[in-house]
Amino acid sequence: MELPVISNTAPEESGGGCSSSGCGTAPDALSHLPDSIRSKVQDHPCYSEEAHHYFARMHVAVAPACNIQCNYCNRKYDCSNESRPGVVSEVMSPDQAVKKTLAVAAAIPQMTVLGIAGPGDPLANPERTFETFRQLSEQAPDIKLCVSTNGLSLPQSVDELAKHNIDHVTITINCVDPEIGAKIYPWIFWENKRIFGVEGAKILIEQQQKGLEMLSARGILVKVNSVMIPGVNDEHLKEVSKIVKAKGAFLHNVMPLIAEAEHGTYYGIMGQREPTPLELEALQDSCSGDMSMMRHCRQCRADAVGLLGEDRGAEFTLDKIDEMEIDYATAMVERAKVHDAITSELEMKRALKSAPKFNPDAEEKPATRAIRIAIASKGGGLVNEHFGHAHEFLVYEVGPTSHRFLTHRKCTPYCMGDESCGDGETVLGQIIKSLEGVEVLLASKIGFEPWADLEKAGIQPNGEHAMEPIEEAIRAVYDELAAAGKLDQPAEAKAAA
Amino acid sequence: MALEITEVCVGCYACEPLCPNKAISAGNPVFTIDPDKCTECLGDYEKPQCAEICPIEAAIVDELGDALNPLGSLTGIPIHLIEEYNTTGTVARPGV
Ligand code: SF4
Ligand code: SF4
Ligand code: SF4
Repeated sequence: MELPVISNTAPEESGGGCSSSGCGTAPDALSHLPDSIRSKVQDHPCYSEEAHHYFARMHVAVAPACNIQCNYCNRKYDCSNESRPGVVSEVMSPDQAVKKTLAVAAAIPQMTVLGIAGPGDPLANPERTFETFRQLSEQAPDIKLCVSTNGLSLPQSVDELAKHNIDHVTITINCVDPEIGAKIYPWIFWENKRIFGVEGAKILIEQQQKGLEMLSARGILVKVNSVMIPGVNDEHLKEVSKIVKAKGAFLHNVMPLIAEAEHGTYYGIMGQREPTPLELEALQDSCSGDMSMMRHCRQCRADAVGLLGEDRGAEFTLDKIDEMEIDYATAMVERAKVHDAITSELEMKRALKSAPKFNPDAEEKPATRAIRIAIASKGGGLVNEHFGHAHEFLVYEVGPTSHRFLTHRKCTPYCMGDESCGDGETVLGQIIKSLEGVEVLLASKIGFEPWADLEKAGIQPNGEHAMEPIEEAIRAVYDELAAAGKLDQPAEAKAAA
Repeated sequence: MALEITEVCVGCYACEPLCPNKAISAGNPVFTIDPDKCTECLGDYEKPQCAEICPIEAAIVDELGDALNPLGSLTGIPIHLIEEYNTTGTVARPGV
């Protein structure tokens, strides 16, 4: 297919010496991150699977206007590619956003990243967005700043972004082909006019690609998000992935379309289907190669506060912030101590992990197949959640000698308490459906009824590893199954059965 | 000549900075246009700017009450489905 891309070559390094990323790195080697980028992102809660257990991020919503329309978005709610639809974020003035950020950073020293994303497009409201960044880079230099954009106004904003030392930008790029684009974006607002269809999509795509090239050339890290829309751009995203990586994006994050009729989006109402977890995994595999980064992305809502998977936003509402006295200078000292402690803990863990393990049996073991194991976890890397309370399951692929984290599968908890189990039946059905492809489920506890139904669905429940570290538990379970000869047959045979 | 913002406005702020006459301001719960200031952008732009960027169908009307962006014109959703959604909050999708 001929792709209407402006230039498909890697961006040139801007003059004046090495920028912090991309230096000396062949573009096709980006699927294995160069050290300079790796060190930048390894302590970032949104990018690093291990860091997100320790560092926290927050988002503020300051800029609700948008200059394009996406078919998965209903402006009554949040920008639904970044946030859960149906939850309206609290939109703040830049001054309020700065105060909230300082308050959170003082109260939660693990908070390292402030993002401005939806609702709306931050760069469609450059005054509000940049006012927030300007104040924060002055008053809280220890907070990393990042911004998410649809890319339409990106080229005009790059210089300003570079000024505020923003080192992470996320661009949502769903296509590089305007024909496909027209099925995703009904219109854009460009040079004082609304432009519909292919013509609008073409401009948007050109601006996105240009913005990506300009950011890479300045050494600003760029992550590309794509929304996987089955039958629209799913196959096409492989091409998108190649191109954006060649242009210097350090990461391509493929997210599932969210499209329920209740959300009132075009896709929701027209019955566009969402990808299944397995389809998403397959596409993520072909787009990001072996990178396990970002698999833990939870598409958190635009004003989430705290560690990924928790939201302490309610502690920092505007009226509560108003009453707070913030001594940021003192807080910064405390923050530095906490960050150092976490960094050394992470470094120790990394060193342990990379140490070669002696495993004399490994070679003689018969080849066993890899399986998917789901974990109910509250966080901290432990099997520590009751099956009935889990809002999501962490899915790992476990093979004979290694494992990797695949994804989160979200669900409605089976049982939020004794009284609210009326819907238990249907909820359990949904949970089982969301666990498609999973063969073993570990939780701290699993009730009698769901146990039987899980077994019936071919998922082996297991409560024997409560409170154990996930990695040890999945290894133990795998080795046990392998030793029992249960993993000998090839996966195809099982799928066919 | 002036345009008006109806109660379906979601308060997204998109129109406000675009108005060449500063005729738009945030009112509770929706945005409003000051009829003394709005010129329908005549002399400034080919098309009324607020209506060009507004993502909400039927949020901006002329003095006859006619929507500049009628139902279905921005999203492409068939009108009967928009009406079903507006009355029931969802759309029945057989087989989905
Ligand atoms: S860019 Fe975000 S806010 Fe704008 S239409 Fe798309 S999803 Fe909605
Ligand atoms: S039509 Fe033009 S002048 Fe009137 S409110 Fe809209 S943007 Fe302002
Ligand atoms: S653009 Fe439309 S929906 Fe947004 S504030 Fe203006 S009138 Fe309301």
